[in-house]
Amino acid sequence: MAATAQTVAQVRDLGKYKHGWETEIEMETAPKGLNEDIVRFISARKDEPDWMLDWRLKAYRHWLTMTEPTWAMVDYPAIDFQDIYYYAAPKNTEGPKSLDEVDPELLRTYEKLGIPLKEQEVLAGVQGAPKVAVDAVFDSVSVATTFKKELESHGVIFCSISEALQNHPELVRKYLGTVVPYTDNFYATLNSAVFSDGSFVYIPPGVHCPMELSTYFRINAKDTGQFERTLIVAEEGSYVSYLEGCTAPMRDENQLHAAVVELVALKDAEIKYSTVQNWYPGDETGKGGIYNFVTKRGACRGDDSKIRWTQVETGSAITWKYPSCILQGDNSVGEFYSVAIANNAQQADTGTKMIHLGRNTRSRIISKGISAGRARNTYRGLVRMGPKALNGRNFTQCDSLLIGDRCGAHTVPYIESRNRTAKVEHEATTSRIGEDQLFYCRQRGIGEEDAVALIVNGFCKEVLQELPMEFAVEAQKLVGISLEGSVG
Amino acid sequence: MLEIENLHAAVDGRAILNGLTLAVAPGEVHAVMGPNGSGKSTLSYVLSGRDGYEVTAGRVRFRGEDLLALDPEERAAAGLFLAFQYPVEIPGVTNMTFLKHAVNGLKVQRGEEELDAMQFLKLVRQKAKALGMSDDMLKRAVNVGFSGGEKKRNEILQMAVLEPAFAVLDETDSGLDIDALKIVADGVNALRGPERSMLVITHYQRLLDYIVPDRVHVLAGGRIAQSGGKELATRLESEGYAAFVEKAAA
Repeated sequence: MAATAQTVAQVRDLGKYKHGWETEIEMETAPKGLNEDIVRFISARKDEPDWMLDWRLKAYRHWLTMTEPTWAMVDYPAIDFQDIYYYAAPKNTEGPKSLDEVDPELLRTYEKLGIPLKEQEVLAGVQGAPKVAVDAVFDSVSVATTFKKELESHGVIFCSISEALQNHPELVRKYLGTVVPYTDNFYATLNSAVFSDGSFVYIPPGVHCPMELSTYFRINAKDTGQFERTLIVAEEGSYVSYLEGCTAPMRDENQLHAAVVELVALKDAEIKYSTVQNWYPGDETGKGGIYNFVTKRGACRGDDSKIRWTQVETGSAITWKYPSCILQGDNSVGEFYSVAIANNAQQADTGTKMIHLGRNTRSRIISKGISAGRARNTYRGLVRMGPKALNGRNFTQCDSLLIGDRCGAHTVPYIESRNRTAKVEHEATTSRIGEDQLFYCRQRGIGEEDAVALIVNGFCKEVLQELPMEFAVEAQKLVGISLEGSVG
Repeated sequence: MLEIENLHAAVDGRAILNGLTLAVAPGEVHAVMGPNGSGKSTLSYVLSGRDGYEVTAGRVRFRGEDLLALDPEERAAAGLFLAFQYPVEIPGVTNMTFLKHAVNGLKVQRGEEELDAMQFLKLVRQKAKALGMSDDMLKRAVNVGFSGGEKKRNEILQMAVLEPAFAVLDETDSGLDIDALKIVADGVNALRGPERSMLVITHYQRLLDYIVPDRVHVLAGGRIAQSGGKELATRLESEGYAAFVEKAAA
């Protein structure tokens, strides 16, 4: 696969964090800091309807009354929310345009990242490679969305959320904030006030989305927060598989990323949401890196609906995210497959919430945490069986793998069952990467780092195999790269 | 091919090998026999470079190189293979994937071109077939849920695919019933050749009925107590190790 070969070449060239370069491009930014004027500026810049601005302002005012959560097992210095740019956009990319009009410098950026934005290249790509539609978000705005026409012919809407606010305001208004309300939590509320862009997906009733959809997030500008908002609605009997990827340049300062993702699955609908998160993790001493404080939640609103979260979290200085499912519809299914790798000074506190409300709802949680260096890796999960969730079922498996003797792994499961017919199972293991396994690999001629990557990939297999094929290959490589230098 | 001279080695500060000297010429198969605790497995780990096995004196030349100066994967690239007494399980990694990393890991180290997917598949299928191993076994995770016999056969498959110049078989017969033993021995014999040498470490003479050695050495007290032809193994079987252990202790 071309993208893979390119990635390998980039890794060779760029060393440990392969996406650490910066694009030189003229940017338009709002003044630093946050106040009502900034919220108004962002809304005006995007020419939003009044109700959208009102919603943002309500969120902003509510945010002023909130305090940052401190319960996660992560340490970081206080964030100065007035020292951040809340809006940064490449100049001349006002609103989405056809690919021909996109700044060539931006196209080159995505090309370098191995993200094909030119449809003809995808079409002419490797034989048998499935098509993937891409929405590329650069700092605060979406710069390009591919395969729009083909998707439209199926009635699928895939565009930036700014564009959706222009062209499909009634759909956005109907669903936005219905899964993650603007009062939800400190970071989600901040996001509701200042979100700049993100993706919007709408799958009409009965439609099986003909290709993978993906959004590729790139933070480029300095001192900029990225606050994207993604909303995916799958109507009755529809199906969609969606993937997001993320990278950022290497910088000494920490950068804030506070996204919100909302999924709505109606009757018989299925949404697969996969994430390969590779934000800059900071250097070996813990300097720099992204603070990834993200709220992701899906509502299985209709009967027999299904939502599956798959995440591979290798980047970020701090990861704080709990992709969750609200299982409202009877017989609905929620799944969470996670690989979280923390190396050097990285800190990850991640897991899921499965809220069982409807009858015969089922959930499955498979979490694989890998800690190396001085990193701290926490699985935190909640399984709640409501009083009406008759015959609700959950199975949770949390496995932790330790590399070296200075890292930590923690498992914090919360289980609440309010009815006698529900069944909740939790299994957890913690193990060290075996000296015997490493030696066995090395005796066969496999170098030490390759051996670690091989063993860890085996450990994560149950999760990685849930990713769409073409991304699974990338994810496997990423696992190896993010653990470089963790042994010996 | 392999020259071990006055080798002393310790584990956790305890001396296990005490001046072992042994030379194996190209194409030869030597057997090392000895009672429990005589240093047989230590010898295999010292040769393959496992952490924790400290060489305190002596030297080992392998194909003209100082073997002890190399990392384990470099020793493998130089042509050394160890068939493990207890093959290790690697959950989630298929035999196929593991072999591919091994084959290409060796090729990269040797500066040769890596095999592509098709070439590799062809090579492994052919070797597996020769050992009577099913495709299904190639798709299973390395040694996970394998019976004792399957694990040992898997070691021989790896050896057949990697084609080492020198193979150390560490108690490959342990835990095998007679049918499995024959299959493994046939696999090993098929790999014998004028350029390939082997060191067969075993507790019992039984294996040597099937893999007939050129030389037999008795290891006792961390050194070679006696060497001879294959008849030495038969003598050991009837007389036991006691005489050698006493001699070594004296």
